[in-house]
Amino acid sequence: MKILCKVRLGHKMGEILLRFLIGGCVVGAFALMGEVFRTKSFAGLFGAAPSVALATLGLTILHRGHTYAAIETRSMVAGAAAFFCYATLVSAVLVRFKTHTLWTTLAVMPVWFGVALGIYELVLRRLPV
Amino acid sequence: MTPGFHPKALRYIRPREVVVRFVFGGTVSVLAYLIAQHWGPVVGGLFLAFPAIFPASASLVEKHHREHVEGRIEKNPALGKGLDPKLQGRLAAGVDAAGAALGCLGLAAFAVTVWRELPRRHAWVVLAEAMTAWMVAALCAWLLERGRIERKMGVEYVDSSVHAARGTK
Repeated sequence: MKILCKVRLGHKMGEILLRFLIGGCVVGAFALMGEVFRTKSFAGLFGAAPSVALATLGLTILHRGHTYAAIETRSMVAGAAAFFCYATLVSAVLVRFKTHTLWTTLAVMPVWFGVALGIYELVLRRLPV
Repeated sequence: MTPGFHPKALRYIRPREVVVRFVFGGTVSVLAYLIAQHWGPVVGGLFLAFPAIFPASASLVEKHHREHVEGRIEKNPALGKGLDPKLQGRLAAGVDAAGAALGCLGLAAFAVTVWRELPRRHAWVVLAEAMTAWMVAALCAWLLERGRIERKMGVEYVDSSVHAARGTK
């Protein structure tokens, strides 16, 4: 039993490490793509690229199947709506008040959580899994 | 504002900045996985569109643009009249965020494509279709809205393309 637990733990740690490496590479690659494009508004498109989804969906489909991954991406639509609200507000604050960028992006972060969890509570929780 | 491809910009990226993005990207991928494991795919899926590396990326945009403007002013002091590199950096980050907001429409198109098509078709075909949907939706949104972004920024924001037009490059 102990050996079985160790094997499962080792397998889980291996998957976590693999996800970390793939996620780091894919997200890093999209971030670099954003650097080589001008103008800034066009380069900004890469700031909302589906890099995390692309990095993790392959493994999720492999281990959990198509239906599980489809449910995840259904929720991702809500996450994208929350990201839209967040990025729009960050842009408005930075352009209007010209505040410190890092602090602004961190201070506005609760907007993402509010919108995402609001859609979860009002819509996603009521949908069949 | 016409988009351009400038691979030379990669030379100005420091190794530390690449490492920061790698670590943030890896961490959020693992977090999305662990959240899905603990709370299920409905909650976990939300985090596939979490703006984890956005604060780091936006602050790097600010820093790079500030350094860029400072460099231009150093070469041509006449350009520096009424031009604050710090504020220009912040405006650049604001423009970048406006672009990211448009990119979210592409992100949603990616998610809808995978959600609707994945149960019926081969995974790699669906992912390829979803990437195409992301590119098309993001590009269309940008083409439709870039004029509005330009107007919003007004004459305050000095893009690198403006420097080129002024002959200061």
